[in-house]
Amino acid sequence: MIAYRPRDVVDFAIIGAGAAGGVVAKELAAAGFSVVLLEQGPNFTEKDYSHDERKFMFDRVLTNNHRQQPNTFRVTDKEKAVVQPAVGYGRQVGGGTVHFTGNYWRLHPGDFNERSRWGAVPGANLSDWPITYEELEPYYTKAEQELGISGLGGANPFDGPRSRPYPLPPMPAKGSGVLFDRAAKKLGLHSFPAPLAILSQPYRGRGACANCGFCEGFGCEMRAKSSTAVTVIPAALRTGRCELRTGAVVSQIETDALGRVTGVVYFDARKASIRQRAKAVVVCANGAETPRLLLLSKSARFPHGLANGHGVVGKNLMWDTGMLAMGLFEQPLNEYKGVQVTRVLHDYYDSDGKRGFFGGGGIDARFDWYPMGFALDGLPKDVPRWGSGFKSFVGEAFTRTMSLCGHTTCLPVEGNRIDLDPAQKDAWGLPALRATFKNHPDDLKTLRFVLDRQLEILAAAGARRVWSDEVKDVAFSVHLMGTCRMGNDPRTSVVNRDHQAHEVPNLFLVDGSSFVTSGRQQPTCTIQALAYRASEKMVAWARRA
Amino acid sequence: MKVSRRELALIGVWARAEAAQSSPSFRFFDAASAREIEAIASAIIPSGDSPGAREAGVIHFIDRALETFDRDQRPLYQRGLAQAQTLRRRLFPASRDLASLNSADLIRLMETLEKESAEFFEAVRVHTIMGFFADPSYGGNRDQVGWRHIGLTTGHHFTAPFGYYDAPEAE
Repeated sequence: MIAYRPRDVVDFAIIGAGAAGGVVAKELAAAGFSVVLLEQGPNFTEKDYSHDERKFMFDRVLTNNHRQQPNTFRVTDKEKAVVQPAVGYGRQVGGGTVHFTGNYWRLHPGDFNERSRWGAVPGANLSDWPITYEELEPYYTKAEQELGISGLGGANPFDGPRSRPYPLPPMPAKGSGVLFDRAAKKLGLHSFPAPLAILSQPYRGRGACANCGFCEGFGCEMRAKSSTAVTVIPAALRTGRCELRTGAVVSQIETDALGRVTGVVYFDARKASIRQRAKAVVVCANGAETPRLLLLSKSARFPHGLANGHGVVGKNLMWDTGMLAMGLFEQPLNEYKGVQVTRVLHDYYDSDGKRGFFGGGGIDARFDWYPMGFALDGLPKDVPRWGSGFKSFVGEAFTRTMSLCGHTTCLPVEGNRIDLDPAQKDAWGLPALRATFKNHPDDLKTLRFVLDRQLEILAAAGARRVWSDEVKDVAFSVHLMGTCRMGNDPRTSVVNRDHQAHEVPNLFLVDGSSFVTSGRQQPTCTIQALAYRASEKMVAWARRA
Repeated sequence: MKVSRRELALIGVWARAEAAQSSPSFRFFDAASAREIEAIASAIIPSGDSPGAREAGVIHFIDRALETFDRDQRPLYQRGLAQAQTLRRRLFPASRDLASLNSADLIRLMETLEKESAEFFEAVRVHTIMGFFADPSYGGNRDQVGWRHIGLTTGHHFTAPFGYYDAPEAE
């Protein structure tokens, strides 16, 4: 791997080697630019992964460690934020694409102009995206082809047009998928094979999924999950122009007197402060850490944080909204085998004026549980928590239960935001991330509506018992969106339609923070399509500059 | 052959797990408190028609947890066990220890403990359930009795059909 010196002025410094940063690094390096890719986490390989539920689900090996990086949380500005895990994200080379479920949904054409189609929603900051589905479509296709996505194009009647089929056929339906299909047919709904970032067949030097069952929350030992760590990042390094530095915690993006970015300052693995000079900086640190870093990067010219002249950075935070419903069946499904999700439906995805609230949701059939998680958190409320009743229920239910997961609208609300905690610090002495979040009332109505549909589908599938959690405000999220939204108006958005900061021409932001609306969750596919599109714009910009 | 730090650590884990399987020695607990905590665990996942927390060796998982990843829960266990003994003397003045209570009395004690020492009760409950289902290398789930109980077979490779409903004959 090439090694640059900190005083070398590289063409691009990229912060975050996740879903977006990996794509951007590969595209820029392949186009001939010198790139330093900074990642705060380690670089794992498949040898580091195992099926150890205790380690991977409870020690947060693959995600941010709240002991080192505490965040504070409050529901509204009236409260003092308290230390409480509220934000979760992948923290290693590959970011969240290492441990995610692999659901890979494109946005629908109608997601890009919900404001125009439905009008203003009181109490929400609903806006159209500055780009359309048609503009993004080629990059969705590029992401699917380059990364390796399995699915059946055209099977979802609510999807937009696509220029190419998926490069790999879908995974076969497992028990939950078969029952879901059966129920959907009965109810007149349109279930379809899940598009997944998991290889159903060998592809570009990687082998097919072996159905081990440990996708969600785990790294793939077979390299069958199409994370950026096994696809574009190795390709970026192979160009000989990209250097990957891990254990690099960025504390500041530096600017000159003209307000141009000059480089980044970060702590290396030994906590020594390093200043890497760069002609341009791309922040792909996720929808929580990207705004935090801008707010940390104060200067005389940007007293409220970098690119924050209009106070938009960090606002309009949108979270992971959706609920699980469980159904118990007569016969074993053995859902613990195979990929988590094999079937999805989007019949309730779009808003519907007749419902009396804004929002909708997609539903997928899955099993969201490993043994400890199921026994601790997955059981109906009226099943004993210990003793012989507990033991016998878990013994019977583990192989006979499936879940339906709802993925629903989270409306952008200006007061929901990421900023800096005034008192709490992280292990590097930097102000901790503070999250302020309360769902818009329509989000809760959408949750209730979609949860009722989930329960209906389970009943139609023949479940002899169904259960779920109660609908309530979301207080923890792994989908982090909207905090540096893209738009044409510098007063109401942070980046333009090409992901360039309105106020800083050589600063680009590409990740969940760019989102204008939440879609129906499952943001990774769109983050990566945006990253491919933004990279093309950055290449054109850099060649002009 | 170069052995990495990680491999050394793994060998260590494996060797300790072997030790836990073959000998009843504890690193955190003394023999008496191990017996008492094991009694509580055995009420959370009782033995009976099939192995419970006792046969799974959950106590070894808990001992290891308190030596490693859950060290910060040691004071809670020490305090909680003392509270459990106070409660036992209150409810069953003639009793000697938790381990010798009959199962009806133990369940009665546990129901009260759940209310009066909720934090301790929850810690043991979580550890017992984790230990029953954790990888056997942690010392519990001996002979995979926890996984067998729920019908889970281990493997890195499975072939469809996985269950009843995705088998062709189910149509």
